[in-house]
Formats: sequence, C-alpha cells, structure tokens
Amino acid sequence: MKNKRKTRINYAKWGYRFVIPFVVVYVVFSLIPLLSTFFYSFFEYYFKFGGLEKVGPNFNFLDNYILLFTEGKFFKYFGNTMLIWIMGFIPQVIVSLLLALWFSSTRLNIKAQGFFKTIVYMPNLVMAAAFSLLFLKLFSNNGPVTNFLFESNIIGESFSFVDQNWSTRGLLSFMNYLMWFGNTTILLMAGIMGIDKGILESAQVDGANTIQTFFRIVLPLLRPILLFVLVTSLVGGVQLFDLPQIFTAGSGGPEMGSMTVIMYISRLLGVSKQYGLAGAASTLLFIMTAIVSLGFFFIFYRKEVIPRKSIREGEDK
Amino acid sequence: MKKLFVLLIALTLGLSLAACAENTEAGELKEEGKVLNIRVWNDEFIGRFRTFYPGYLETKANGQDLLDDGTVVNWIEVANDNNGYQNALDTALLNQDSAAADDKIDMFLIEADYAKKYANDTYAMDVIGELGIPEHTLSQQYQYTKDIVTDDSGILRAVSWQATPGLFAYRTDIAEEVLGVSDPEDVQALLDSWEKFDAVAEDMKAEDYVMISGFDDAYRAYSNNTSAPWVNEDGEIIVDNQIIEWIKQTKTYTDNGYNNQTGLWSDGWFKDMGPEGNAFGFFFSTWGINFTLKDASKADAEGPEEVGNGLYGKYHVIEGPASFYWGGTWLVAAKGTDNPTLVRDIMMKMTANEKIATDITLQTEDYTNHMAAMDAIANDEEYGSKFLGGQNHIALFNESASTIDMKNISPYDQGLNESIQQSFKDYFLGTITWNQAWAAFEEKISTLYPELELKTIPADPFA
Repeated sequence: MKNKRKTRINYAKWGYRFVIPFVVVYVVFSLIPLLSTFFYSFFEYYFKFGGLEKVGPNFNFLDNYILLFTEGKFFKYFGNTMLIWIMGFIPQVIVSLLLALWFSSTRLNIKAQGFFKTIVYMPNLVMAAAFSLLFLKLFSNNGPVTNFLFESNIIGESFSFVDQNWSTRGLLSFMNYLMWFGNTTILLMAGIMGIDKGILESAQVDGANTIQTFFRIVLPLLRPILLFVLVTSLVGGVQLFDLPQIFTAGSGGPEMGSMTVIMYISRLLGVSKQYGLAGAASTLLFIMTAIVSLGFFFIFYRKEVIPRKSIREGEDK
Repeated sequence: MKKLFVLLIALTLGLSLAACAENTEAGELKEEGKVLNIRVWNDEFIGRFRTFYPGYLETKANGQDLLDDGTVVNWIEVANDNNGYQNALDTALLNQDSAAADDKIDMFLIEADYAKKYANDTYAMDVIGELGIPEHTLSQQYQYTKDIVTDDSGILRAVSWQATPGLFAYRTDIAEEVLGVSDPEDVQALLDSWEKFDAVAEDMKAEDYVMISGFDDAYRAYSNNTSAPWVNEDGEIIVDNQIIEWIKQTKTYTDNGYNNQTGLWSDGWFKDMGPEGNAFGFFFSTWGINFTLKDASKADAEGPEEVGNGLYGKYHVIEGPASFYWGGTWLVAAKGTDNPTLVRDIMMKMTANEKIATDITLQTEDYTNHMAAMDAIANDEEYGSKFLGGQNHIALFNESASTIDMKNISPYDQGLNESIQQSFKDYFLGTITWNQAWAAFEEKISTLYPELELKTIPADPFA
C-alpha cells in the first residue's frame, strides 16, 4: 500500500514547481524593491552636493510623510495628474462606448469591421514617448499645426499651445485619449457581446426603443466591464509619465501645471537621489490609488450591496 | 548545451584575464586590457578622436574603433538630458570594482557644471601622480581648465582639449542695414556695454529684427559674472545681482518684442540662426560657433560649406557686452582602469600636443586648450574662418580665454541654472507674477536639492 502511494504522481507539487520561476522573478524584481521602497520611506536618505555625498539612511519615522503633507507639492501634482486623466477619460469612455455599440449592433452591421478595429487600436501601438514627441513637433510655436491654425486665422499670433497651462494639459489629455480609446473600445465590445441577445430582443419585442435598451439594459449589464475599464485606466492615469515628461522636456510645463506625481518621483530620484522622500511619495501614491479605486468599486456596486443587505436584514427581522 | 559551453568559455576567459592582470601587477611592462571603455554624452569627442588621435585605425561596423595596438575602443553614449548621463555613470562607477576587466570604465567625460562631483579621489585618477603625465606637458593649458578639476588637496584629476570662451556672433547683413556698420570693431564699439546693447535692441525692433532669439540667450553672459557662487556655505541660495539683471533685461526684451521668445535648443531657436530667422545675434562659446551655429546657418543642410549657402560667411564675432564662457569637456581617467597607459597617451595627445591642437583648430575652427598653439594662430595674419567671412575668431577667443574665471562654480549650478530659466519663462510670458516665479523656482529646487534653501526672495526691480 505504502509503495503504491509513493509512485503516484503528485500533481500538486508540480504546480508549485512550475510557479517557482515566476515567484523568484517576482520576489527579486518586484516584491523586494516594493518592500524596500516602503522601508526607506521612514528614513532620511539622499545625496548632498548634487549627488556627491551620501546622507543617511537615518531613521526619521514619519518626517518624509509629514513633509509631503505640509509642502503640498505632492497633492498639487496629484491634482494635475487626475485632471489630465479625467479630461482624457471622459471623451474616451463616451467615444469608445459609441464605437462599441456601433461595431456590435446587428442593425447597422458595419462592413470591414476588422479594418476599423485595427485602425482604432493603432495609436496604442506607438510608443508613448514617440507619440508625445510627434505632438510636440506639431504643436510647438513653429509647428505645422500652429502655423496652419494661425494662417487660417483660427488662433492669434501670440497664441502658443506649449507656453500655456491649459492648452498643454489639454493636449496631454488628448494624447492620452487618442492612445487608449481603441483599447477601451475592444474591452467594451467584449462586454456588450457578452450580453445575452435574448434579453435585447425581448426588450425590442416589448416596444423599447434603442435609447431605452441602452440605458435600461446594456449599461447596467456592462457595469462590471465599465468598472474594470475605469479602474485600469485610473491606475494607468495615475502613473502618467512619458507623455508629459517628453512633451515638457521634464520641466512640468507652464506653471508646473503638467507635472505628474511620477514625474515628481523621478525628479526626486534625479540629481540628489532622495530615496527616502521618493519612497514616501510612492507609498502615498499607492494608498491614494487604492482609496480611489475602492471608492469607485463601492459607487458602482452600492445599489447591489446595499439592497441585498437590507433584504437580508428584513428577512432576519 | 551549446549555450552552457559558451558560458563556460566566457567564464574561463574572464578568469584568466583577471588572473593575468593580477600576475603582472608588479612588472614594468604590464599587459593591458584589450578593450577601452569610454563614456560620453554626445559624439563630439568621438569625432575628434577619430580624426586626430594618431593611434586610430578604423571604425568597425558595430561602432567600435580599432587602434594600432589592437585595442578596441568601446564608446558608451548616454545623453545628458534629465541627468541621464550622470545616472548611468554613477551606476557604472558603483560597479567599477566588481566589473570584469574589459567592462570597467577606463575613461569618462565630464562637464563644468558637475566637474566637482567626479574630479576627486573617489572616481578620478591623479593625472600627474598616478598616470605620470609630466607637469610641464600641461603647462600650455589654460589655468582655469586645470583649476576647475583640481581637488581640495591640489591634485589635478582631469584634462580638457578645449577652452570655451564666449563671444557674441552677429549677422553682418543686419548690422549693415540697421547700424550702418558691419566691421567687428565698429559693431563692438556699439555693443560694449549692456546699456548700449539695449539701445541697439530698440533699433533692431524698429527695423523688424530681434536682438536675440530667446529668453536664455544672454543668460551665461550674466551668470558667469556673478560675484559669488549660487550657494553659500550654509546651504543658502544667494541670488546674485547679475541674475536679477538678466531677468530685468529678458522681461523688457520680451515685453517690447526684442526677442522671439524661443528656448535654447528649440526648433524656433535653430530656425532663428538660419536664413529665415530675423535674430541679430547669438551668445555662443567656441563649440557653439563652429558646431551649432554653422550647421544651423545653412539654407541647405546637406549643401556645401561655402558662401551662398544660407548665412555661411555672414556671421562675425565680437566680444560683446560681457565676457563669459559656456560649457567645456574634460577627460577623466577612471579609477580602476585596466588601460592606464593608453588613457595617459590619449590624454596627452588630445589635450597637450601642440601639433594636434593646431590641427584641430585649423580643421574644425574649435578653440583648443594650448596657449602657444592658439597664440600662433591668433597672430597668423593669413588665418581666417570661412564661416565667419574670413575673420580670425581665434584672436578674439584668445583675448577672452585669459579672462575666464571659474572660481564661482558650485556643484548645484546645472540644476539651479536650469530651474531659474524654466521658472521665469512663465514670468517673461506674463502668465505669472514676480513672486509666483520665485515660488516656482523654490518648488523646483526643493525637489532637486533638499538641502538648499532660498531664504529671501529678491525685490522686484519693476515694482
């Protein structure tokens, strides 16, 4: 009996073995840096004289966090980041939803769908840095777009896209939108096609028009996908870096209005290599992202979480 | 299996090389590494090296250079932007001890702005004591090029092949039209102080020209003449009056339309140097004239370098309202190099050899770091730069070079200069106030240098 048991292949162990490479790579390249980032956020640790002389690490508990809160720069840059993200995300989700509906509509039955889907996805294939550089060339003070708009008398001579705060932010949002709306379209289409055709047809039979079907049936059923899109886009948006970094040449743009949190962290790590403060900023960014994501989650599922609870409570009573 | 084999061979080779290096330590003629790693941030030195280093044979398809003794020169180029060059260099220097002999950095290049960071006992070899370059060989180099890379204990840690005095390059065609004169002496007489410079700027505006292209053009001409370093001993930022003067001038120029509101290295800035531009002149140091301005002045970038191609031949240079310098590159022998003899030879040939220095200047119009050689060219009546319409610019550089004084540099210069230019751009454009601009400056520097403080905001000169 005992011998027999030993010769049996234990598949559970193989599972662990197959996972080992991933776990090792993850621990070495992700987990340890993550933990050390958190660890060093409680230390004074930087290099003086433009990176020449090491200071620390000296334990200073919450000093880095207190500095982040009292200095206010972090929150200013967080605000910039969210603003640029939101200005890009709203048109992105509207256009994507519209495209997804058109592509999946059996009534419209658009031809050459594969072609259009590819075109829509294309901007995402371009490297963000290259995309940003292209826009910078197009919209710079001597750029072709600026010159064209000036010659067609749409903008005045003194108008500059790159020297004004809101036009810079707007362009960054636009780039972000352009790069990601294709991706969102594909995701939403998957969601829409996952909706049972029977439900839509029965709604039509019952006399619901397209708008009613959309708002009463498609949108509620699309909620999980929308939440997914929202949260992934938020996480990506919070980490916005290459676009503004290239577009403003690392300066943060006019009035520092396009300085994002990640740009700030990367600048902290620049000349003076401030591992302590950068660690604290990263940790704070993680906490804030988590809070906002959870917030979205509760807003989206409030209707489901709360009524069920009350029903159950009602039953108990 | 094959890979494992290759790896084994590589390992044994690496070990045997390391062993060689150790064994021959005591010998007189020690065998040195076959690979020379040089870190640079652009291709300026690469070009100089290939054209003028006597031992250079050919460039291989992979971009490495072959020397006559069989050594391969491996160029590692990382751009300067956003501290990229220094970050990469720091990482490499940190691993210098553990790196395989052929992967060690043998030589790296540094700029004036961060010279102090590397020209010290931690990273750089002693040029005279350790490398054994005789002191008299360096006697013809400009003293300031040696002072800036001499460490606290008085040891020379790097050498440079160029001196970088600055001049004001102006367009003769505009000078003739607006000022009625175009000869350097006459134009200099009209521009030898900032008051006169401002007055000419007004004349330029009247004829639809701009005096200078952008916000930061004149910056160095002011910032090099400060009376004290940017930062005092207590880590306090001292805003010198010269900086305030620069802000005042640039604000006035921007408001009155005396400049084209461009930034350094921007497309518009380069355009202003060419035939389509309307800028009267540019503050440039040596390399800026023979390298940047010459390339940008042509109408046909691929066309021949001769009069008729854009503004070729139409620029002249003068000392301008203030003497200044800009840039400069130094060669550092990295601690731990396995090719000290070759590094020594490159340093001597490229920076201290009179014949090579003369050749570089004659061929490239660059200003090299050899006083005797430069004196000879400056006094050569036959010599003239074709690009500058036959003017002997070396003579002007020669006068200016002797006045360069770098005693006021600090390790924070790069970040502070960059920050003040970025912060005040919005102020010049009129989108923020004086106090807001200083707040933006503080915001930037507190991110860059946590130990610095700006205690008092200077008074608004326009208030």
